[in-house]
Amino acid sequence: MNIAISTQTICFLILSSIVIVGSISVVLLENIVYSAFLLGGVFMSVAGLYLLLNASFVAAAQVLVYVGAVNVLILFAIMLVNKREELKPVKGLKIRKIFSAAICFGLLALLIRVDLITPWSLPGPVAIGEEATARIGEHLFTDYLLPFELASVLLLMAMIGAIVLARRDVPTKDIGTGNVVNQSLLEKPNVPILIDKSSN
Amino acid sequence: MLTSNSLNQTFAIANSGLDLEFSFTKAMEGVGLSPEIAHILWLPLPMALVLVAAVVGVLVTVWLERKISAAAQQRIGPEYAGALGILQPMADGLKLLVKEDIIPARADTWLFTLGPVLVLVPVILSWLIVPFGQKLLISNVGIGIFLWISLSSIQPIGLLMSGYASNNKYSLLGGLRAAAQSISYEIPLALSVLAIVMMSNSLSTVDIVNQQNTIGLLSWNIWRQPVGFIIFWICALAECERLPFDLPEAEEELVAGYQTEYAGMKFALFYLGSYINLVLSALLVSILYLGGWGFPIPIEWIASWVGQDPNAPSIELLTGSLGIIMTILKAYLLVFLAILLRWTTPRVRIDQLLDLGWKFLLPISLVNLLVTAGLKLIFPSAFGG
Repeated sequence: MNIAISTQTICFLILSSIVIVGSISVVLLENIVYSAFLLGGVFMSVAGLYLLLNASFVAAAQVLVYVGAVNVLILFAIMLVNKREELKPVKGLKIRKIFSAAICFGLLALLIRVDLITPWSLPGPVAIGEEATARIGEHLFTDYLLPFELASVLLLMAMIGAIVLARRDVPTKDIGTGNVVNQSLLEKPNVPILIDKSSN
Repeated sequence: MLTSNSLNQTFAIANSGLDLEFSFTKAMEGVGLSPEIAHILWLPLPMALVLVAAVVGVLVTVWLERKISAAAQQRIGPEYAGALGILQPMADGLKLLVKEDIIPARADTWLFTLGPVLVLVPVILSWLIVPFGQKLLISNVGIGIFLWISLSSIQPIGLLMSGYASNNKYSLLGGLRAAAQSISYEIPLALSVLAIVMMSNSLSTVDIVNQQNTIGLLSWNIWRQPVGFIIFWICALAECERLPFDLPEAEEELVAGYQTEYAGMKFALFYLGSYINLVLSALLVSILYLGGWGFPIPIEWIASWVGQDPNAPSIELLTGSLGIIMTILKAYLLVFLAILLRWTTPRVRIDQLLDLGWKFLLPISLVNLLVTAGLKLIFPSAFGG
């Protein structure tokens, strides 16, 4: 075993243990902020696994999208809505936990079985490494054009929806009373535009 | 894994420039070591060198900042620590090093410690792709500039982490502001980089520089991407949290933002991180828009005018050193500009900042991308078809 292969094995073992321990802690930890930060760590380790598989573009995209966007968004949501309230104890929590644990272990058993009975073609096709970026681009704009466009339209819809839901709009005239609204306020009041104010 | 020297060699470039690894391996083989051992001995050297270069770059920048700020306010600035106060940054660093490391009583110890590390490490990792010459970089990875964009998106997590862990409302607000600023300015930044990448048909920083150095000064990207250059520079300043965009640590509003509770070496890590980021951004602007290591007049032309072979070892050495000097010179010109901007522009408000990012820079950079694509189709020779 030469140095390169042993380094890869060590990296793989470290990364996969971080992924497993991290994702279990994401689910089990009581503190939701820790869970969110650990999720970031898990995403980073998955990116590291992609790097080990010689897929550097996918790894960088993983970091950019999952760590830089999704995880930051989750953290933002947690920190902006950080109400310290006592949650009511749910009835029959133990039974629920046992049920969900059973389902999770069943899924794990299923995955392990799939892993064992599938005839994996090892070693798989050779990784194209640095050419992957160009190849992904070619595929996205030729044979995967339709899914790519559909995904973009879906994202656009989600974005417009988010803007409509979150927008704080101040009309020049109050819909209900017809009075002129004072617009000098810098911090606009939080009135969702979807709520019909004429009924008040 | 990350190294891709094979890719480097496939580019048909007449002048390959200095190859220090090759010379080092040869020298080690001369001593009687196998190539593999020589490679392992070589590996840490560029990393250590770049780390040292980054830290020295920070010391110089801090000194420049103090001196230029003083000049802008008609003061003298640091004077007694060394000639012209040049040792002042060292004294600052030493002071921070020996200060007591205080963790607030109700802070979250783990997150509080991890936060500054998460801010600093991605910035240092990004130096991986900064080229000082044809082969004078740690690793010519194929994803090049994309690596920097994705690494810089990790930073907000460190800022949020330290803001949250400090258990202080100013810190939390500062952290949230920093993260919001960082993610909103990343989009125009990435779009303006995309326009450059479209012209050079490659993400690799070496290719981007090579594509600019065909006829010297006139072929630099700044002439083909003037709008992109301005967008990139504004966004880079915002990413570095420099004035006019230093809202996360606006001292009149937020004490010192997410750094409020930090002292000693942990504070120094933030300080170091922000200055390394400034130097890195200046270096990247010079690589993307100002021709990187290229001399205003191509060295090959000068060599042929004087009647020298550009591939002769002495000329190569001269070209290599001139390349390093040019890169650093351009970067420090931009640092100088950033320091001048600090003392000439007022700080923007948070709503102005977000308006500028989302309502002005984002549409403009999209239009810039579209125009670049159109020009590339119309004038493929000038815009890298």
